[in-house]
Amino acid sequence: MMFGGLKALNNIDFHIDEGEVVALIGPNGAGKTTFFNLMTGIYKPTMGTLTFRGQSLGGRKPHRICEMGIARTFQNIRLFQNMTTLENVMVGRHTRTNAGPFRAVLRTPGFKREEQHTVDEARKWLKFVGMEKKANELAKNLPYGDQRRLEIARALASEPKLLLLDEPAAGMNPQESASLTKLVSRVRDSGVTVLLIEHDMKVVMDIADRIFVLDFGEKIAEGLPAEIQRDPKVIEAYLGSGADALLAEN
Amino acid sequence: MSIDLSTVPQQIVNGVTLGGMYALIALGYTLVYGILLMINFAHSEMFMAGAYFGLLFLNILSKVAFFTSSTLGFILLYVIVFLLAMICTGILGMLTERFAYRPLRHAPRLAPLISAIGVSLFLQNAALLWISSRSIPFPVLFPVKNYRIAGANVSTLQILIVVSTILLLIGLDTFISKTKIGKAMRATSQDRDAAGLMGVNINSVIALTFFIGPALGGAAGMFSGMYYGNIKYNMGFIPGIKSFTAAVIGGIGNLRGAMLGGFILGFIEAIAAGFLSSGYKDVIAFLILILVLIFRPGGLLGESVVEKV
Amino acid sequence: MGGSKMDVMTSIDSGKLSPKKIALYVVLALVAIGLPVYFQSVGNAFMVHIFALVGIYIMLSLGLNIVVGYAGLLDLGYIAFYGMGAYVGVLLGYVFQGITGGPGSALAGFSYWFLLIPAALAGALTGIALGTPVLRLRGDYLAIVTLGFGEIVRIALTNNIGGLTNGSAGLPRVGEIIVPAAGQKWVYLNLSSANFTFSKDLFWYFVIVALVLLAVFVIRRLDNSRLGRAWVAMREDEVAAAATGVNIMQTKLWAFSLGAMWGGVAGITYAYWVGFISPESFNFMESVLVVCMVVLGGMGSIPGAALGAVIIAGLPEIIRYLAQSPLLSGVLTAEQASAIGDYRFLIFGGLMVVMMALRPQGILPSKRRARELTEAEAIIEEENESLWEAEHKHDTPHGL
Repeated sequence: MMFGGLKALNNIDFHIDEGEVVALIGPNGAGKTTFFNLMTGIYKPTMGTLTFRGQSLGGRKPHRICEMGIARTFQNIRLFQNMTTLENVMVGRHTRTNAGPFRAVLRTPGFKREEQHTVDEARKWLKFVGMEKKANELAKNLPYGDQRRLEIARALASEPKLLLLDEPAAGMNPQESASLTKLVSRVRDSGVTVLLIEHDMKVVMDIADRIFVLDFGEKIAEGLPAEIQRDPKVIEAYLGSGADALLAEN
Repeated sequence: MSIDLSTVPQQIVNGVTLGGMYALIALGYTLVYGILLMINFAHSEMFMAGAYFGLLFLNILSKVAFFTSSTLGFILLYVIVFLLAMICTGILGMLTERFAYRPLRHAPRLAPLISAIGVSLFLQNAALLWISSRSIPFPVLFPVKNYRIAGANVSTLQILIVVSTILLLIGLDTFISKTKIGKAMRATSQDRDAAGLMGVNINSVIALTFFIGPALGGAAGMFSGMYYGNIKYNMGFIPGIKSFTAAVIGGIGNLRGAMLGGFILGFIEAIAAGFLSSGYKDVIAFLILILVLIFRPGGLLGESVVEKV
Repeated sequence: MGGSKMDVMTSIDSGKLSPKKIALYVVLALVAIGLPVYFQSVGNAFMVHIFALVGIYIMLSLGLNIVVGYAGLLDLGYIAFYGMGAYVGVLLGYVFQGITGGPGSALAGFSYWFLLIPAALAGALTGIALGTPVLRLRGDYLAIVTLGFGEIVRIALTNNIGGLTNGSAGLPRVGEIIVPAAGQKWVYLNLSSANFTFSKDLFWYFVIVALVLLAVFVIRRLDNSRLGRAWVAMREDEVAAAATGVNIMQTKLWAFSLGAMWGGVAGITYAYWVGFISPESFNFMESVLVVCMVVLGGMGSIPGAALGAVIIAGLPEIIRYLAQSPLLSGVLTAEQASAIGDYRFLIFGGLMVVMMALRPQGILPSKRRARELTEAEAIIEEENESLWEAEHKHDTPHGL
């Protein structure tokens, strides 16, 4: 993936199996979010192919990719600030519903059923992440940890097969991270494959089945958590930041 | 549609004159856009203001006998009037930035655009109400001679305009590329925060941009007044859109592009007016604008920007 | 799980009628219906005309509000849809007249009623035609391009494109008439008395009121729907909305065409009411005015857009009227009041600048923004509902 003259990602060869939780780690600027943006159609790949369940992703619009079953959260939380918690998740249902303006204006029975179903589903996902009591709060008034969970609920509402989480534990204290780890577990158990970018090594070690390591846009290691911990290339890439956590786990 | 080739030299002359004016105005748009990523909708009123300021100073100073008594006097008269008009327009530009746009520097992008529309509306109507709703004649006080060059009529007026325009363009180009302040402006337009961290006074750079851009637009306004012989409160609207088109053609944010775009548009328009029905003359610019923005928004010399998420 | 049915309408208006709201509606109805009738009865035809004109602008403002307020797309050429509706309405009207036996025949008078929908469609289709290539552009570029389009339409109309529009001389052409709408004469004959004339202006005023009510009805339903939520999401954060599955292009196109549709309706209504149209009524300044109405009144808010229209289109005239009456004669002289009318654009321009800096959400912002202030109210409502559910847990489903 090239930006102007800069190769942000080069020679990335990735393979994720269904039902896994895979962590993508690497120092800042390694290209992790760029990879997510490629997968969700925000960037078009300048070279190479991207496939998901046999279908090509490259060059598709983001909403098509969501339709195909990939949902994501963002590194800097991107909620719909002036909508309520419930409404945010309801937007998540957009791809799985199809009532257009005509049915909306005429308020057909089909429309009303779909709207009720949307509300019900949204509440269900809020409950899944533990936020059903805050349904009517404005997203921007939520505490930080709740905002992250809301973003996950919104992503889950589109019934994805693959969930991309971009630094979900950023800015969380240990209790919140532990709670997040449990949530990711439950997501995996519900049948959704998870790929997460994360800097918090404890979370990564606790939840990941496999780990990919990126540095300067290239894959430098791949494998089970235990292997990655010992990999000298990885330790060197981090040069101490987070390496303590890696080494501590040993 | 009859093609009469003998008129081509005339079209060229007209095109260069027109193009020069468009280039000057386009520079104002592109300078502001390069620094603030904002379309200064009110810039067309700077064009108008320059013409009105010019008329004002012309009326005042032409009463002084010295200026009207010799060729040197006339030259001095016009130079002084020009400088005064440009300075006043520049100050007006700085004032609009200070009061209408600076408060919105961190607002969503549409807010300054809407504010600019308000400024445009305000200035137009200020001229309408406090000066006149009618077209005012703009006198050319020196005798205008016509020369016949290569099959075209060239008037002293056109020569004056073209030469002055070229001088201004060269002056700006030199200023931007060779002076320290010019470098500061370029740095600010590339990365405002980094420039600020490097010690550039962002507010000053922006204020300066809003002085130079409108000043150039004002100069074009005076030229227009002299060329067409009259000025009106809404004279800025159409030339403003066309010049914005010129800036886009050349690549918005790109100074040389704005100059190039101005002349290109001037040519296209002169030729179109010569060969097509004049009623649709303005449509050409709008069509070009729409087509360029849809198919090649980076223009001829500009680059596209990928938004980092 | 599964909130009560009332939760379905979670956005802006919960639809509950408080006594305060009912009182407000009653007052509005009195003003909207009573005042023009009053003015007509005292022979002040000018004010009746103003009311109708304000109504047209309310319709335009509501339509543009969908584009600017809901979808966040700054359209500076909105008036082109207004013009399309007017011209299509009149030109098709001549065809209709021809088919139904000429201007004098009984059916010819129905041309307006039949052609309302085609005119609306003309607006919508123009919106789609313009929107498709143009809506992928960034906000400020979109604004300029729509401005250009508006001007192109005006110039094309002025230059008698296709020989249809009669150029700046306008329509109807000499010897033609825009047939008065059916019902106009009936109302004039049957609802007038010795002292009271149910004039053409008054008739059209009520037609406009009905259309405005229809617009409000339709737009509110759109707002409270999947599309409405998509609009808000897109406006809040386009990238996140797209990643969440919102088809941005399609959503923008819906906003553009639905907004344009109302422009078309307003256009044909204006044409048949006034009985004369020319390209000069459909110029850039009008587009700017409508934008001012939406911005000033409150983007994304139906009452806000309507208020903006009332203020910008109506207030100068209302002030002038009041200055002549005993009410304000102490405060303002007639000349000063007239002067306000002349100064209106100056004031509106300045207002735009001030509003953007001080209160960008407008005078009457959408409840969405006001909601944070009444959040406490919402929590209390929610708690009451849970209580209700708990009490009625054992009711049979049929009972609900």
